[in-house]
Amino acid sequence: MTDVASLWSYLATTPLIWLTTTILAYLVADGVARRLGNPPWANPVLMSVLLIAPVLWLTQTDYTTYFDGAQFIHFLLGPATVALALPLWDNRDTIRTSVVPILLALVAGSFVAAGSAILLARAFDLPMEVLLSLAPKSTTAPVALGISEAIGGIPALTAVLVILTGIIGAVTVTPLMNILRITDWRARGFAVGVAAHGIGTARAFQVNPVAGAYAGIAMALNALLTSLIVPQLVRWLV
Amino acid sequence: MLQTLGLLLGCQLLGEITVRGFGLSIPGPVLGLALLVLLLGAIPTLAERLRPTTAIILANLSFLFVPAGVGVIGNFAVLSQDGIALLVILTLSTVLSMLAAVGTFICARHVTERWTA
Repeated sequence: MTDVASLWSYLATTPLIWLTTTILAYLVADGVARRLGNPPWANPVLMSVLLIAPVLWLTQTDYTTYFDGAQFIHFLLGPATVALALPLWDNRDTIRTSVVPILLALVAGSFVAAGSAILLARAFDLPMEVLLSLAPKSTTAPVALGISEAIGGIPALTAVLVILTGIIGAVTVTPLMNILRITDWRARGFAVGVAAHGIGTARAFQVNPVAGAYAGIAMALNALLTSLIVPQLVRWLV
Repeated sequence: MLQTLGLLLGCQLLGEITVRGFGLSIPGPVLGLALLVLLLGAIPTLAERLRPTTAIILANLSFLFVPAGVGVIGNFAVLSQDGIALLVILTLSTVLSMLAAVGTFICARHVTERWTA
């Protein structure tokens, strides 16, 4: 029998172990969330991360090694974004009748997302490069990183802030909309898509297919608008 | 399933090529999404063939964010001494943005419905 140490040193060099760990963690997290009826606080992304982090810590695995395996999952974000075309297509008739609300809500949500982040960062007296890293936090990660770099932020910090924003949006959207008694799934989905990109969109799909479709539209349009307005907003507000 | 995956990746690839070629600031997959909508407009029967696989992908969208989420733990140090302030700002700003979007959407819907009614 091979000893455990050499088995581990073999496994640690293949993508297999971290790919499997990620899938198992998600199955546990999603299973728990479903059993509880998908309450907003039981976010599957957050729970999976909280399951995987101690495993990485105990095995002294750095993120680069973990990502060698997990990158295959991460890569699927691209085709998954393209796949949002289908719910958009399914809802084309209602989308056509709500073009005006969609565009106005996009502008409002996008400006407030970036503008409030900049003004709050100033109020908290944060360093300039932190403020600039924060400004594009509501848009999808690849766009946010590009903006952050272009305006002088720290892309690594932006990456963390984008993911945290997604989780915060996914956790707060349901209680917030319920308090406000918003029953229109289009409006609810659109709001979380503008403010909390893909992770918010994933939450919307968990709750309602129409909300998911509108969150997807919001995320895609906001990727466009944020890259146009953030450099301007920084010029005005900083 | 493979056909659907091939089509999704093909749209993404065309999107990436266009974005790089023209130096656009949108991500390749977002342009790929727009391409696929146009394609569905041209061939509406495509929708039913794509549905089984896309349904699985979209039902497990959260799963795809787990690797990036684990990256947050690894990079927590970048938040440094501003961590608490940043969490407060992110929460306030995200809630404000959702309020602005949902309020505008509902108001605009009421106004446009009155026009068309």
